[in-house]
Amino acid sequence: MKDLGKQATREAYGLALKELGETHDFFVLDADLSKSTKTNTFEKAFPDRFVNCGIAEGNMMGVAAGMAAAGHTVFASTFAMFAAGRAYDAVRNAIGYPHLNVKIAATHAGLSVGEDGATHQCIEDLALMRAIPGMVVCCPSDGVTTRAAVAAALAHDGPVYLRLGRLSVPTLYEEGTPFSFGKAIVLKEGSDLTIVACGLMTARALLAAEALEAEGISAAVLDCHTVKPLDAETITAYAKKTGAVVTAEEHSILGGLGGAVAELLSETCPVPLRRVGVRDVFGSSGKAEAVLTAYGLTAEDVAEAAREVLKGK
Amino acid sequence: MRDLSLLRRKAAELRLDIVKMIHLAASGHPGGSLSIAELLTALYHDELRHDPRAPKDPARDRFVLSKGHTAPALYAVLAQCGYFDREELWKLRQVGAMLQGHPDRKGTPGVDMSTGSLGLGISAACGMAKAAKMAGDNYRVYTILGDGEIEEGQVWEALMFAAHYQLDNLVVIIDANGLQIDGRVKDVMNVEPIADKLAAFGFAVSAVDGHDFEEIFSAFDLAKMTKDRPTAIIAKTVKGKGVSFMEDNASWHGSAPNAEQYEQARQELEAVLAAIDAEIDAETEGK
Repeated sequence: MKDLGKQATREAYGLALKELGETHDFFVLDADLSKSTKTNTFEKAFPDRFVNCGIAEGNMMGVAAGMAAAGHTVFASTFAMFAAGRAYDAVRNAIGYPHLNVKIAATHAGLSVGEDGATHQCIEDLALMRAIPGMVVCCPSDGVTTRAAVAAALAHDGPVYLRLGRLSVPTLYEEGTPFSFGKAIVLKEGSDLTIVACGLMTARALLAAEALEAEGISAAVLDCHTVKPLDAETITAYAKKTGAVVTAEEHSILGGLGGAVAELLSETCPVPLRRVGVRDVFGSSGKAEAVLTAYGLTAEDVAEAAREVLKGK
Repeated sequence: MRDLSLLRRKAAELRLDIVKMIHLAASGHPGGSLSIAELLTALYHDELRHDPRAPKDPARDRFVLSKGHTAPALYAVLAQCGYFDREELWKLRQVGAMLQGHPDRKGTPGVDMSTGSLGLGISAACGMAKAAKMAGDNYRVYTILGDGEIEEGQVWEALMFAAHYQLDNLVVIIDANGLQIDGRVKDVMNVEPIADKLAAFGFAVSAVDGHDFEEIFSAFDLAKMTKDRPTAIIAKTVKGKGVSFMEDNASWHGSAPNAEQYEQARQELEAVLAAIDAEIDAETEGK
């Protein structure tokens, strides 16, 4: 893996908002977490287009919906737990059903929140958001694609859920790498199996593939940043080509990327499959890396799943 | 000068349409629809700046029916204004129909916001009002909530937001009919004193008889003169207003009249209409 530096996807989000704010007219909302979600980067540049809604996430989503219904594009940010969890009804009924131009950028998703523990470690948001008709669900893997995803969200007509992280993650792409919703990026070719990953697990999937290479196992790696609409074509093609699939996500194995890929391949190309993710349990406190290790979300866990899945071929 | 007799006639027509729609659908919420007939008449036939020929005009005033289950009243007034063919009313709640059980902004001309899950509409209304302030638009935003609806916590988040951002372009109307599905609001979950609570939240508060046009318009006029804070209008109403057996009866919150009940309701409402027409005739002759 080439060293291109590190950046938290939330950092990239804040920078992207500020950059796009120079040329595009949109509003940004937050719920008393602007320093953490990095919407304060936008706020400092464009205070007149920023609205703090206080600690009231349901209302924030409703306010965002109203602004969108009045013809504006709106980014609304808080932690994933409160965006997808607490405000679910508002997101579904006030944003999803009327198909409004609200871009929900939810930070601090997954276990890598770390010390705050289970109440703040949202491991269900991909499943919740994916179940809403018409919602684009994107979990970018690094800073470069996060900035691209924010621009894509702005250009997209309809609601978008961007899943972002607290932790600094390796930058995987050169600036200007082509990005579009629903189109997975082939990060590495391979012939024995395919690892389909999103978010911070993508870098780990690459490391796993490098380790497997040393063992004589050739693993393809797909950055499946968009969980919905899923890139059915690419995933099916790689399942056919390699005959085995491992999914990797910082999310419950129920209903997220692993769930989506399993649903797809059971219809289009049933092959041996292993899902790396949180195994239907709540998270717990600890340093982010230690928590990820404790819950089986390391590169070695991905590599081990790959070795396992090959036994079924 | 406002023609109050004509407005009363419009409200009476709405009530006839409401009970017919719900009877034909064999499903719907008559009680809370009948209680807001004057409020919607006052809004759509006088207060709101809107043009049925341009339902998406960015400059139009906005209306959000936060108590979305009383959509039949909204549909009836929208049809009355000419937003869509009246024939649509008789297909309410049927598969493939334009008029959904709860308002759908995507499918129904004139509906500014999809609502139904209680407590969400007022947030959207706040968003519209705040957006107007931020973008320098001068449209106003009106929303109607039920008094039962304000048991939802999100309503109070929205009220806080409206006062904090001094949304003097927002009018929050509480349809205080005193009943919710399970019974009297005061018995199920007391929300009183509503006026004191709204005042404490930073609203300019008016209390009106929600069936009295003059009182409604006075409150609207006062709201337009109020600066730097939002207005709340507590409209005391009778749930099921105009149909004797539905009035002030919680069991008519969400049940449809059968053929016999519909016939009785129709006769009662037509009698009201006839009485108004007689008044109008007398007035005309007097002139």
